[in-house]
Amino acid sequence: MHIQLGALDYAILLIYVAFVIGIGFVLARFMKTSSDFLTSGRSIPAWVTGLAFISANLGALELVGMAASGAKYGIAQAHFYWVGAIPAMVFLAVFMMPFYYGSKARSVPEYLNMRFDQRVRALNSISFAVMTLFASGISVNLLAKLLHQLLGWNYDASLWICSAVVLLYVLKGGLTSAIYTEVLQFFMIVLGFAPVVYLGLKDVGGWDAMKGRLVMVAANPAAAGMIDKAGKTYPADSWTSAWHPLLAGPASNPMGVDWFAMVFGLGFVLSFGYWCTNFLVVQRAMAARNMSAARRTPLIAAVPKMLFPALVILPGMIAAALAITHQDGYRLPPKPLTAAIYQKMLPAVAQASSAGLQGEAALQAINTALGSDDAKTYKLNPEKIAAIVADNKSAALPEDTLKTRLQDAVRETDYDGVILSLVKKYCPTGLLGLALTGLLASFMSGMAGNVTAFNTIWTYDLYQAYIAPNKSDQHYAWMGRFITVVGIVLSILCAYLVSQWSNAMDIIQLVFGFVNAPLFATFLLGMFWKRTTGTGAFLGLLGGTATSALFQALSNASGNALGIKGGYLWLWMHKSLADIPQCLQFPSDMAQNFWLATFAFIACLVLTLVISLATRRTKTDEELKGLVYSLTPKVKDEGEAWYLRPAVLGVILLLGCVVLNIIFY
Amino acid sequence: MGLDLRWPIGLMFSLIGVLLTGYGALTGSDTDMYKRSLGININLYWGLVLLVFGFLMLLLAWRGKSQVQPTAAKPPETTPAP
Repeated sequence: MHIQLGALDYAILLIYVAFVIGIGFVLARFMKTSSDFLTSGRSIPAWVTGLAFISANLGALELVGMAASGAKYGIAQAHFYWVGAIPAMVFLAVFMMPFYYGSKARSVPEYLNMRFDQRVRALNSISFAVMTLFASGISVNLLAKLLHQLLGWNYDASLWICSAVVLLYVLKGGLTSAIYTEVLQFFMIVLGFAPVVYLGLKDVGGWDAMKGRLVMVAANPAAAGMIDKAGKTYPADSWTSAWHPLLAGPASNPMGVDWFAMVFGLGFVLSFGYWCTNFLVVQRAMAARNMSAARRTPLIAAVPKMLFPALVILPGMIAAALAITHQDGYRLPPKPLTAAIYQKMLPAVAQASSAGLQGEAALQAINTALGSDDAKTYKLNPEKIAAIVADNKSAALPEDTLKTRLQDAVRETDYDGVILSLVKKYCPTGLLGLALTGLLASFMSGMAGNVTAFNTIWTYDLYQAYIAPNKSDQHYAWMGRFITVVGIVLSILCAYLVSQWSNAMDIIQLVFGFVNAPLFATFLLGMFWKRTTGTGAFLGLLGGTATSALFQALSNASGNALGIKGGYLWLWMHKSLADIPQCLQFPSDMAQNFWLATFAFIACLVLTLVISLATRRTKTDEELKGLVYSLTPKVKDEGEAWYLRPAVLGVILLLGCVVLNIIFY
Repeated sequence: MGLDLRWPIGLMFSLIGVLLTGYGALTGSDTDMYKRSLGININLYWGLVLLVFGFLMLLLAWRGKSQVQPTAAKPPETTPAP
């Protein structure tokens, strides 16, 4: 069942590990001050920070999640790139980077402190620190789970060893080491997965043949194994057009989203909030060697980002196309059965066989043994179960065969397994090692990114600001290293929390949404309106977060029971789904999420505006110089060649985006 | 920072490229093994791609080094400014 790795695969894996650790050790001798370790001493060329910028975001979650969504939603998932990421990255480069870099802030919360006051800084740094740890935990949990399922590696060992490698090179070379290895990892991910995508596309018969098959998927998604869409049909171009199904309304596209929520909620609020304010990515640009390198960082990153859908979303579409015709027996990967589940199933099958149960009765016996929750989770196929029970009757099947067939009888699809199911299908020894190394690289770049952002925020924005100010730089350099170890250990603990308690993941992601959604409003007003006050920003941010929580408590997405995922206030008031007004019911999680962001943003914007007007300014124009648009002398880039000017590059990138949107309309 | 990143990238991909190409050349007759990759000896071809990419990086790093050296020789070794 597991993939067998050859000696060459291990060799490639080891070469990669040796190089990332080697980079850490070589850089270690340049790490003298706390700023060398935590902010790279602002010394890195733009092409390096640019690729690291994109690589820190290209964690395992992105790689696995985008392929999953490619299968679920098709080309429309590219909106996360062509409507979401690119415009936000251009905005960051052209308008926001001059303030971040020019203010000499070492972190995003420190900028908030300069612009507003300590309260806003504390709020942002604490919420960000907690979120990075959880993000890193979720990602390492996912990686260890995949390695366990795919290669049969021990979960705990995978978790600890992978984290130890990251710890080693980050501890040695600090942020520089994280950034340098992220670039290495960027190439590893691209060169590791590109041949898999090529083989997949060739196998389905090329782009046009794939589109033809995706029309069949749209007509009957359940036939491709998308059991969550059972009984639904969509317009023919739902998987192959990005805009047409979207404009036709939420019922006509598999995402269940309307165009306004997509453009405003995702494109404006969520994407700008992420790319322009998240220290994880902004930190990379801040490490650049000078202002123009800092401004070029997001623009350089935008070029590969624009093309990434071909690498990360296309595999999902290929998988859906393969699954609809069951080509070579391919199916979307079923949800993996765990050891504990097998322990419940195996005796139940034996009993059912000896009792001679047939048809539905056989299924019912197994489902009873599983319990109603697990039965609902796995959705076993009645015919396959009946066949297994019947075949097991005459002579007991060998345990391996039995396990394989039971796994095959699971109908629930595990979309997260899509990318690796293709790796498994197409990679011979050699290429297999390369692709797996790419996966490992994506995880490491994500974890190192989170940990280096966390240690800077902790050391400068929490420890130096509130706990122990006025210590020697040596002391902060030591603290930076110490907290790196703590950060990795806490990420591992978060990974165990998420793996042990499945609701944890839902809750964490929910809280992420609450905190992130209003953030961009605060930055927008702070950077472009000098009248914004600290009190306005602080209360606006709190109010925006409260609005998200309230919105979630009152709204519900179709298909979800009332509870953690939405509508808990109704549950608390002992109301049922039918009592919720129509306007608060959304066709999908995604729609609910985009609308939540929209409301939180507007609430934060209005509150900050009103409170700012009602409170007195605490910072003079002079103090806000370099922090607010109207009070800062424009960055002069006339001296640079036209093709290096951020505004020119930004316009070219946006035009590229428009062209892509038209091609895949 | 004192390390040109193109060196390790170039070295790593050249090394992996050599291994993959060599392995592909040795196992080229094994049609069973390459059934997975649609009958294409993907190790050989992709190994060559990696090799070209690796060499290109090394070339750029080498050119960068010979360009930088005369100017870099002037200022004496100083510790990075704090």
